[in-house]
Amino acid sequence: MYSRWVERLTDVSISGFLWAFRIVIVLVVVVGSALTLTQGKYSLATWIDLALNGLSLGSIYALIALGYTMVYGILGMINFAHGEIFMAGAFGGYFAAVGLAQAGLLNLNPLTAVLSVVIMIAVAMAVSTTLAVLVERIAYRPLRKAPRLIPLIAAIGASFFLQYTFRGLFGPGIYAYPAVDVLGEAVPLSFIRLRWVDVLVVVSAFVMMAGLYLFVMRTKVGTAIRAVSEDKDIAALMGIDVNRAIVTTFAVGAAMAGAAGVLYALMFRQVFFFSGFIPGIKAFTAAVLGGIGNVPGAMLGGLFLGQAESIGPTLFLDGFGVPSPNQLRDVIAFTMLVLVLVFRPSGILGERVTEHKA
Amino acid sequence: MTDARSAVMVATTRHPWGGVVRVGLLGGVVAVYLCLVGIVPTFAERPLISGAISLGHTALAMAAVFSGYLAARRAPAGNVQAVAAGALAGAIAGSALALLVVVGEVVDVRAVMLQASPALYDLLTLGMGLAGFWIPAVAGAVLAGAAAAVSILPSSYRLPLSWGLVAVVVLGLFAGLLRTPMLTGALSGVARFLFASDGLTPVGAVITFVVAIGTNVLQRRVLVRQRIAEMPATRRRALLAPAIVAGLLIVLVLPLSLGGFFAQVIALVALYVLMGFGLNITLGLAGLLDLGFVAFFAVGAYTVGLLTSPGEFGIAQWPFWAAIPFAALIAMAFGAFLGLPILGIRGDYLAIATLGFGEIIRILAGSDLLKQWLGGPRGILNIPKPIDVPPDHFLAGPHQIYYIALACAALVAFVAWRLRDSRLGRAWIAIREDEDVAQALGIDLVQTKLLAYMLGAAFAGLGGGIFSALVGSIVSSSIQLFVSINVVAIIIVGGMGSIPGVVVGAAFLIGVPELFRELSSYRFLFYGIALIAMMRYRPEGLLPSRIVRRELHVPDEVAAPGAPVNGSAAG
Amino acid sequence: MPLLVAEGVTKRFGGLVAVSNLDFEIEQGGIVSVIGPNGAGKTTFFNCIAGFNRIDEGTITFDGLPIYHLRRDKIAHLGISRTYQNIRLFANMTALENILVGLHHHLRSTWIGAVLGTRHVREDEARAHQEARRLLQFVGLQGKGDMLASKLPYGDQRRLEIARALANSPRLLLLDEPTAGMNPAETQQMTEFIRRLRDELGITILLIEHEMRVVMGLSDRITVLDHGERIAEGTPEQVRANPRVIEAYLGTPAT
Repeated sequence: MYSRWVERLTDVSISGFLWAFRIVIVLVVVVGSALTLTQGKYSLATWIDLALNGLSLGSIYALIALGYTMVYGILGMINFAHGEIFMAGAFGGYFAAVGLAQAGLLNLNPLTAVLSVVIMIAVAMAVSTTLAVLVERIAYRPLRKAPRLIPLIAAIGASFFLQYTFRGLFGPGIYAYPAVDVLGEAVPLSFIRLRWVDVLVVVSAFVMMAGLYLFVMRTKVGTAIRAVSEDKDIAALMGIDVNRAIVTTFAVGAAMAGAAGVLYALMFRQVFFFSGFIPGIKAFTAAVLGGIGNVPGAMLGGLFLGQAESIGPTLFLDGFGVPSPNQLRDVIAFTMLVLVLVFRPSGILGERVTEHKA
Repeated sequence: MTDARSAVMVATTRHPWGGVVRVGLLGGVVAVYLCLVGIVPTFAERPLISGAISLGHTALAMAAVFSGYLAARRAPAGNVQAVAAGALAGAIAGSALALLVVVGEVVDVRAVMLQASPALYDLLTLGMGLAGFWIPAVAGAVLAGAAAAVSILPSSYRLPLSWGLVAVVVLGLFAGLLRTPMLTGALSGVARFLFASDGLTPVGAVITFVVAIGTNVLQRRVLVRQRIAEMPATRRRALLAPAIVAGLLIVLVLPLSLGGFFAQVIALVALYVLMGFGLNITLGLAGLLDLGFVAFFAVGAYTVGLLTSPGEFGIAQWPFWAAIPFAALIAMAFGAFLGLPILGIRGDYLAIATLGFGEIIRILAGSDLLKQWLGGPRGILNIPKPIDVPPDHFLAGPHQIYYIALACAALVAFVAWRLRDSRLGRAWIAIREDEDVAQALGIDLVQTKLLAYMLGAAFAGLGGGIFSALVGSIVSSSIQLFVSINVVAIIIVGGMGSIPGVVVGAAFLIGVPELFRELSSYRFLFYGIALIAMMRYRPEGLLPSRIVRRELHVPDEVAAPGAPVNGSAAG
Repeated sequence: MPLLVAEGVTKRFGGLVAVSNLDFEIEQGGIVSVIGPNGAGKTTFFNCIAGFNRIDEGTITFDGLPIYHLRRDKIAHLGISRTYQNIRLFANMTALENILVGLHHHLRSTWIGAVLGTRHVREDEARAHQEARRLLQFVGLQGKGDMLASKLPYGDQRRLEIARALANSPRLLLLDEPTAGMNPAETQQMTEFIRRLRDELGITILLIEHEMRVVMGLSDRITVLDHGERIAEGTPEQVRANPRVIEAYLGTPAT
C-alpha cells in the first residue's frame, strides 16, 4: 500500500507545485515592476528607448519565428537548424557588404547605401533559401514518417553541421559587419532617440511579414501550403504536389530568416558561426508564444518577446536590486518559453490541439 | 552482392552511366567540402606513414574510395565496366579538386574561404602548384578505379584487403601514443622499427598491412565465428566469462601503463560513460530527450565545489566523499523541481524546454547575481582530490578520478539494469513506445517520467561533482551546452538503451577527439553528420540493446495448463 | 444498478459533432454492442469513456462515480480497459512484457526496492510473471511470450491486446472491432472467446463491431449510432426489426 500512498501524495504535490510556480512568477512580475517603478530610477525616455529597442529586436524575432511556425504547421517538426539558416543569411549579407564596400558603393550616398542593403538582403535570402532546401532534402525528407523525436534529432544534427561548416569555412573569429554610416545616424525627431537602422529593421520586417501573409493567404502556392498543413493525404488526393508545398515552405521561411540575419547583423554589427543559435531558440520561443503553426501568432509572439526581453530585466528585476539585470535577459526569454509550454502550449493565438496529437 | 547489384541496375537501366556520373559529382562535392572546411589541410598535419602519407591525404582518398565503390555498384554488368565506372567517378571527383586548384591559383578566393590557401593547393598537387592541377583528377581515377576493382573481388580477398588498410590507418593514428610507453620497455627496438615519432614508418606500415591481412585470412580459415555461433548457448556463455574478465583487466590496468595526458583523457571518457548511463535512463528507456543535462551537471559540480573547497567560496570544507552524495541528491531535487512543471508537455517541446533550463542555469552560473556565492567566471578553486596520496603514488592525479568515475558508472549501469527489468522500466519503455496507450493501461505519465528525469539528473549531478574534482575547480565557462550535446550524441550514436553502446560512443566521441587535436576542432561537425546519418539509416544506434538482449534470452517455459486467469477479475 | 451510465454525452471536433446528446447504459455482466456506419461516432464514444477525449456536454458515471473528467490512468485504475481498432501494442516489447505493462498498477514495487532487489520486489515480479503467463495461456498464446509483439501474426496480436487489457483486472472491457480483418473461422473463435470473458471472468463487455454475425450472436442489447446520434436501442431482435436501422445502416436485413 506504501507505493499507492506515495502516488497520491505526489499527485497532490504536483498540482500544489504548479500553483506555487504560477504564484511565484506572478509575484516576481508584479512586485518587481512595482518596486522598480516606485523607486523612479528610470525616466520615461529610458522606457521609451527600451521599448523601441524591443520593437526592433521583436520584429527580427518575428521574421525568424515565421520559419519555425510554418515548418511546424506543415510537418509538425521543430526545425532546430533554422537559427543556422538565419546565421548563414547574415554571412551572405556580410560578404555582399564587403564587396559593395570595396566597390565604394556602401557609403557613397544614402541612395547607394539603401540599394546596398537591398542587395545584401537579396544575397542573404538566396544563401539561406539554398541551404534550407538542401537541408530539407538531405536530412528531413527521408524522416517524414518517423516518430517525432527522430526528425528533431536530425535537425539538431543539421544545426551543428551548419554551425561547424561555417566555422570551418570562415574560421572561429567574429566578423565585424561593415558599417553603413547612414544607418547609424539619428532620425531627426526631437522627442525620441531613434537610429535609422531601427527604422529600417522595423519597416522592412513589417513589409516582408505583410508580403508573406498575402503570399500564404492569397496565392495559389500559399493555398497549397495551407492545404498540406491541414492534411497531407487529402491535399495529395486533390492533386497538390505535397513535396513542392513543403519545399516552398522551407524556402519561404528561410528567405525570411536570411533577411532577418542581415537586419540583426546591421543592428548588432557582428556575425560568427554560433551567432544564430540563441536568436534561433528565442525565435522558436516567439513562435510558441504566438501559437505554433499560426502565422500572425508568430509575428505577435516575436514582438511580445522583443518587449519582454528589452523591458523585462529592468522592469521586473531591477526593483529587487539584482545586479546587472540585463545579463539575465535570456533567462527571462527562456522562462517565458517554459511558462508558455507548461501553461498554454497552444500559445496566445493558437487553438487547443491537444486531442489531435496522436 | 550480385542480387543487390542487379536490383540497382534494373533501377538505372535507362541511363546506366548517369548514376556513375552522379556519384562522381557527389564525390567531387564532398572532396571540395573536405578541403574548404579545413579538414584536409588540418589533417595533413598528422602523418599516418611518416614522410609519405598524411591523414589529410587519407581523408581525400577515402572520398575517392567511396566514390569508386558506389560507382561500381551502379555500373552496367561486367568487371571491366565496374572498374571503368569507378575510375570515371574518381576522375570526375578529382576534377572538381583540379578545378578548385585552377580557380584558386588564378583568383584569390581566400578573402572568403579561409582554407583556400596555397598550402592546400600544394597538398593537392603534391607541391607542383598550378602546373600539377591534373594530379587530383588522375589520383582520383586511380584510387577509385582500384576501389571499384577491389569491391568486385570475392569477399575472401576483399575483406582481408580492407582490413589491412583499416589497420594501417588505425595504427598510424595511434603510433605516437603507443610508441612513447614502449620506448622505455623491452619493446623499444620494435617500437623504433615500427613507429616514427609521428606515425608508422614505411616498413611498419607494410608489416602492419601484411599482418592484418594474415590474421584476417587465418581467422576466416578456422571459421571462428561459425564455430562460436554453432556452440550451444551454455558453452557460448562459458566463453563469455573469460572474455569479460579479460576486458575488465584491460579496462582496470590500461591507464596505469599510460602517461598523464592519456590518463586525463580516459578519466574524462569514464566520466562521460557515467553520464551517458545516466541519460540512458531518461532518453534510452523513457524516451525523454533531455537537452539540458548540463543544468544538473552544474548543480552537482557547484555542490561539490561549495562543500569541499577551502578557498574563497567554500562553505564547509567537507571531504569529497561526504559531498558527492549531496551532489547527486541536490541535482535530483533540481530534477524534480524543473521536471514537475514540464513533464506533462509533448516530447519535442520537452526537448526545447530542457534546453532552455540548461541555458538558464548556464547564464545564472556566470551572472553577477550569483557571483557572490558561486564566483562567476572566476569560479570556485582549490577543490581537493578525493583521495589524498603523495604525488608519486599511482593514484595521484587523474588515475583516481578514472577509477572513481568507472566505479560510479558501474553503479549507474547496475541501477539502470535493475530498473529496466522492473515494473518501472517496463512503464518507461511503454511510454517511449506509445504514451497514450501506456496511460490508458493505468500508468501515471508525469510521475513515471519524473522518476526517469530525476534519476538522469542525479547521475548528471554525480558526473558534475566528479568533474569538479578532476579539474580541481569549477568555473562558469565549464557549464556549456556542449556537455549536454556530448552526452546526447554518445547515446544516439552508441545506441539508445545500450550499455556497450554508451561505452563505445564515449570512447569515440570524447576520447578520440581529445587525443587528436586535429580531430577535435571538427568534433561537432562530425556530431552533426553522425546525428543526421544515424537518424536516416540507423535510428536505433550502432550497438542497440534489444537485439543483443533477444539473442541472449532463453524462451519462457510454457505455463502450467488449466490454470484459471486471475480470480480477482471476477468481481 | 447499471455499471456504466452516459447521459447527454456530446463531443464536438471544431464544427463537427461526433457524438450528439447520447444516452447509454450497460448492466453489470452484460455484453452490449455499439454499431453504426463508418463515421457514426462509435470510436469517439469509446474514447470519451476511456478518457481519450474530453466530452463537451453530459456526464459519464462508472459504478456511480463520475469519470468524464478523469485522466486515462485514473479511469484504468477504476477498472475500465480497452483495445484499439488499429492494434496498438508496444511493438518493441515481447508479448510477455506487453502484458506485464498491463499489470503495472497491480504491482507494488518502488524504484528503490527494484534497485536493491528486495525479497518483496522479487516476489512481486515472480507473481507478475506467473500472472502474465496465465493470461497468455488464457488467450491461447502460450509459448509465444518471448516473441516481439510486432513479430506475432495478426490474430495473435488481437489476442495479445485483449490479454494486456485483461491484466488490469477490468470490470468493464471496451473492445473496438475485435474481429476486424479475421477470416470466418478466426471470427468464430473470437466470438466464443469474448463470451468466455463474460461467462468465466464476469467482465462486462462493450463492443464495437461491424460483423453482424458476431453482434447478433453475442449481444444482450445493441445501440445503433448514426451521425453521432442514437437511432435505436434494444435486444438484437428489436434492433433487427427496427425500420430506421435497416434504412440507415443495414440496407438489407441481416441474418
